[in-house]
Amino acid sequence: MKGMTIIVKTISSWVKVLIILFGIYIILFGHLTPGGGFAGGVILASSYVLLMLAFGGEFVKKDLPLSLVSKLDCLGAFMFILIALLGLVFGGVFFANFLFEKYGQPLHLLSAGTIPFSNIAIGLKVGASLFLVIYSLSICCKAGELDSH
Amino acid sequence: MSIPLPVFIAIPLATAFLLPMFGKRGKDAATIVANLATISLLILAIGCIGKSGVYEIGKWPIPLGINLVLDGLSSLVLLVISVVAAAVMLFSAGYMEQYTAKAKYLSLFLLMVAGMNGVVLSGDIFNLFVFLEIASLASYALVGFGCGHEELEASFKYTVLGTIASIFVLFAIGMVYGNTGALNMAYISKAIQSSGLNAGLSFALALFIVGFGLKAALVPFHAWLPDAHPSAPAPISAMLSGVLIKSLGVYALARVVFNVFGVSLEVGWLLIVLGILSMVAGAFLAIGQWDIKRLMAYSSISQIGYVVLGIGLGIMLLARDANPAWASLAILGGLFHLANHAVYKSLLFLTSGSIEMATGTRQLKEMGGLARRLPFTRTANAVASASIVGIPPFSGFWSKLILVMAAVQAHYYWIAAIIVFVSLCTLIMYLKVQRYVFLGELPENLQDVEENGGSMLVAMIFLTCLCVLMGLIVLVPGMRNSILEPAVRVLTDGLKYSDIVTAM
Amino acid sequence: MLYALCFLLFMIGLYCAVVKKNMVKIVVGILIMEYAVNLFLVMLGFRTGGIAPIIDKTQFDAETGRIAASFINSSVDPLPQALVLTAIVISLGSLALMISLCIRTYEKYGTFDITEIRRLRG
Repeated sequence: MKGMTIIVKTISSWVKVLIILFGIYIILFGHLTPGGGFAGGVILASSYVLLMLAFGGEFVKKDLPLSLVSKLDCLGAFMFILIALLGLVFGGVFFANFLFEKYGQPLHLLSAGTIPFSNIAIGLKVGASLFLVIYSLSICCKAGELDSH
Repeated sequence: MSIPLPVFIAIPLATAFLLPMFGKRGKDAATIVANLATISLLILAIGCIGKSGVYEIGKWPIPLGINLVLDGLSSLVLLVISVVAAAVMLFSAGYMEQYTAKAKYLSLFLLMVAGMNGVVLSGDIFNLFVFLEIASLASYALVGFGCGHEELEASFKYTVLGTIASIFVLFAIGMVYGNTGALNMAYISKAIQSSGLNAGLSFALALFIVGFGLKAALVPFHAWLPDAHPSAPAPISAMLSGVLIKSLGVYALARVVFNVFGVSLEVGWLLIVLGILSMVAGAFLAIGQWDIKRLMAYSSISQIGYVVLGIGLGIMLLARDANPAWASLAILGGLFHLANHAVYKSLLFLTSGSIEMATGTRQLKEMGGLARRLPFTRTANAVASASIVGIPPFSGFWSKLILVMAAVQAHYYWIAAIIVFVSLCTLIMYLKVQRYVFLGELPENLQDVEENGGSMLVAMIFLTCLCVLMGLIVLVPGMRNSILEPAVRVLTDGLKYSDIVTAM
Repeated sequence: MLYALCFLLFMIGLYCAVVKKNMVKIVVGILIMEYAVNLFLVMLGFRTGGIAPIIDKTQFDAETGRIAASFINSSVDPLPQALVLTAIVISLGSLALMISLCIRTYEKYGTFDITEIRRLRG
């Protein structure tokens, strides 16, 4: 993959910022507005897929080391289970919402207890793993087999 | 409830995602952490013997939220999974050194364990499906782990058939939800009791039997198993054959048939026929094999037939309102054979892995005279073979004896005759293994093979001891009452399951 | 009637997965089966003229303080949608695995035809 023309490259590197910002917004406000970790993660992954299409696979490899992405992937999943286990420790029940005070308040990011944190974890996991799946399938799966969990 | 049930899923899952973060340098640390995880699961599973309880995740009450149920049957299968997983993980610490991506292997292995524990503990039928898929996806990737020609072909075959099985199960879940409006197994069972079986539910039951039958590799659905088991790395063959086909196939089938839909004569006969077909066809196909792992894979089909036969006999006797003691005897035989088979078949696959690692071949004709070169492997293989054939002091004898007794007491003498006949076929195939691998002339190129030491040896010795001692579980009344009897009672109680779960 | 069409789609997928010789076509057949089941699940929750199952203040009964019966009777069932979402994510995982297996097998054998990929026999 060599990448596309200079116009596409320039525009997509501008648009990238907006897409990533939008993805982060969807993840952070997942408990207040429609969306959440999964949708936001897909948007984050799609921004890098766009870059990959515009600049070619080699650029992404330089810009974003794959081992870091797969570590982020594992970190997301691990955080999610950690939150659930913390619920077991502090709330007495697995997945208990131990920070819970009241239901999500509009415009209050830190409401609804552990849900925003879970959303961040899922966003990391989904974004990283979806990007890895698409990337590894596109380059004739160098590490493709193992990423589909 | 002293042990919070979700830890059985959370520990392997968390470890699975922690391991890849160690990176390339932390391979030894990753191995140690993975072994700690499986050993802690084993300790927890031993702690769960004889206990029962319902766990509501996130404090949501039962019909709204997801629940985990621990009863006799779950704790038996959980114990079997943990024992085999701990031994196999110990074995793979040494064996997997020949592969490059060991951290990924360990991670997928733990993911598979998490999925199986989830299937066994789940009290909600859709969650059962999700965990089934987690375990299956991990196992598809593990079968193709070597990325050679045969591995990829076997893995593709397994993936296609496994995915079709999962879709059948999902379709059946949809049918059940459409007809009863519930996903919790206890509530589905209540709804079916009050409305009776209609056409849609019968169709769903048929879909469940096909789907779980594919996962259990019963004979018309067995095509994937003889390819997948030999192609996988030896510890994974031990896992697949030892526990995956049982927890995903037989356990789920028994749970759905006994506790959700209720027993009926037709299902009983169907399972008996499937069981006998698997036993006979698996045994005949196994005798003709010259690849040691392929022979053991066919023998797995034959042995899973025994388990399904025991369960089917139990269903039939329960449905005919025969003496409940006979029914529970048949089910006891089936479940005990399940536990036995898990132990000795994983031991057999581990010894085959040890042989393959030492000699570099799986073909029986290229080996011979290894008894002196690999004394420990030979002893382990001989004990496991004696066990699977049913030589008296070893564990396999007792479960087969119980099955024969149940068949005779129910006046099905031909079933008893088939059980004994298939045992003879099993004797032939394992004598063949002994003859061609361990006895006879040592070929030139294998003069200097050596036993693999360390963790592989410890794992094999552990399972060999278990093989010898398993008979005690059924002979000592105290152990039988705490391990096997509760599991049998869960199945013979049948539809009372829903009342028990909702009352807890 | 619609359920029958759904079942027909399922059978088409099954036929495709069982009969076709090309690995990619088998994967497509499996996906058709998967989507037929997903469609079936979504249709289970469908209700003609139903409303979105979102509870707001207008849906509460003024006298009893509970959710109004009219809301329960007219809203669509949200549970199958959650089930389908989960099923789609799972099928994404197995799809990625199957496609990567296909690519790898093509690299090794140079063909997608399963009648030519036959090293395992017996």
